[in-house]
Amino acid sequence: MKLDVNGRVHEVEAEPATPLLYVLREDLKLNGAKFGCGLGQCGACTVLADGEAIFSCLTPISVVQGRRITTVEGLGSAEKPGPLQRAFIELQAAQCGYCIPGMMMRTQALLERQPGASEAQIRDALQPNLCRCGTHMRIVRAALRAGELMRGKS
Amino acid sequence: MISGVALLSALAVVTGFSGCAARDVIVPAAQPPSFAREQVAKGAELAHLGNCLGCHTAEGGKPYAGGTPIKTPFGTIYGTNITPDAETGIGRWPLEAFTRAMREGIDREGRHLYPAFPYDHFTKVTDDDIAALYAFLMTREAVRQENRANRVPIPRAAVGVWKARYFTPGVYQPQTNRSAEWNRGAYLVQGLGHCGACHTPRNKLGAEEKNAALAGGEVEGWHAPALNAKSPSPVPWTVDALQTYLRHGIADLHAQSAGPMQEVTHDLEQVSDEALRAIATYIVSLDTRTPDERRRHGEQALERARKVKLMQGNAVYDGACADCHNRGRGEEGGALELPLGTALTVPTPRNLAYIIRNGIVPPEGERGPWMPAFAGMLTEEQLTDLLNYLRALSGEPAWPDVAREVRNLSRGEQ
Repeated sequence: MKLDVNGRVHEVEAEPATPLLYVLREDLKLNGAKFGCGLGQCGACTVLADGEAIFSCLTPISVVQGRRITTVEGLGSAEKPGPLQRAFIELQAAQCGYCIPGMMMRTQALLERQPGASEAQIRDALQPNLCRCGTHMRIVRAALRAGELMRGKS
Repeated sequence: MISGVALLSALAVVTGFSGCAARDVIVPAAQPPSFAREQVAKGAELAHLGNCLGCHTAEGGKPYAGGTPIKTPFGTIYGTNITPDAETGIGRWPLEAFTRAMREGIDREGRHLYPAFPYDHFTKVTDDDIAALYAFLMTREAVRQENRANRVPIPRAAVGVWKARYFTPGVYQPQTNRSAEWNRGAYLVQGLGHCGACHTPRNKLGAEEKNAALAGGEVEGWHAPALNAKSPSPVPWTVDALQTYLRHGIADLHAQSAGPMQEVTHDLEQVSDEALRAIATYIVSLDTRTPDERRRHGEQALERARKVKLMQGNAVYDGACADCHNRGRGEEGGALELPLGTALTVPTPRNLAYIIRNGIVPPEGERGPWMPAFAGMLTEEQLTDLLNYLRALSGEPAWPDVAREVRNLSRGEQ
């Protein structure tokens, strides 16, 4: 089965019903997306499929064949972080960090559609994602800042 | 088949047939013939209707120059050169000789032709059509290419015996109680189209079973399906569908043409709608089942086809839903077994579609039962398949046009 992840097509040997998350982490060694609940309740596994945020723990690879998958690794690297990553670093919007890749991907989906999203829109969009450390305020600020960076403000 | 060969040879000896010519040689005309443009064009269409190329053009060879091996239970016969080359083709054949070959299965030298050349069908072709076909062939590029020797252990004289037993010469006679279109179709199917050459079963001596016309035959290792009431087509053919199939090699609710039929439908791309409509009209009329029987047969097939679609929905369910919903509420993280879900049983798929797309989310900051949203994960098609599958789980009759509902939903919400 072929999967297009972060602009590269990978040939994957797995059952069609295998959750995308397992393939990303175990076969492709992309460990950004995290296993949290495995039930679509925490959002730690969030990635993008054609720009839409999805729970990769609930998504069988069979349904995302031929679609563009983006993980947090696809947004930039430690050396060359993308605007969303720069914003999260700038505002130090992580405590333990486990939920952050999921938070970032759902934010990315929103900002790709609406780079000028308001705080209320960001809060609404991030509803499915949980943070047990209570970093929410910083995460929302980082999301607002990322919007600015994407709109070209420095 | 050896017994058949032996029988024919023995018959030839017993009845005193020798290897020499059965009929007179027809001498070439002094002047090369000339033809009207319209007659040649008509002949071109007839050549496609008769799929002449099929046997008279070798793979990669020049058109109509012959050399195609035709495997029969009696040995291999090679299609002959029917270009107007004087030495190796039919350049020396006057129309009279060509007509005799078509109508009686005798070549210009007066010898019997093996019935692999389906003169048992071509005998029904009218003089006009034979003349047009002749005009077309005689205006092709003359190709000098020797005919290959047949590998058939049956003397040509034995073919005379075979003919006496199985071959009835004569032009197609219209049936007065049938429409002109039907008669035109019957003429083309039984005559030049020689459909029965493949689609009719043959006896041990290779003759078509007269009382089982178009009841399904064998060709090149393939089964040529029955075209009469025994048609195995899961959805019975209609005139419209068959006409489309003949022209394009494919029609809704029917398989693509394959095997030896592929080349036939390819040829029929060049044939007029009028002729294809007539052929389709005639063939569909052979299906003598009552309209009710035909409809039931087709509906059963469509029902089985829907089940295949349900398997796609099943695959989506297995990947995306089963983890929670197969566990049931009793287990940690488990959710309701879906045959117990109300949204599956209501008259519209919309409730279930809303739930799957948007999840069930309590108001912000409140506690409450919950289910994740799948909007971004599933394409419209996958959601449609899933809805159909879940509906089938409920035991209720299928929802009409789920795909349209899903499409409307996506438009309305984006």
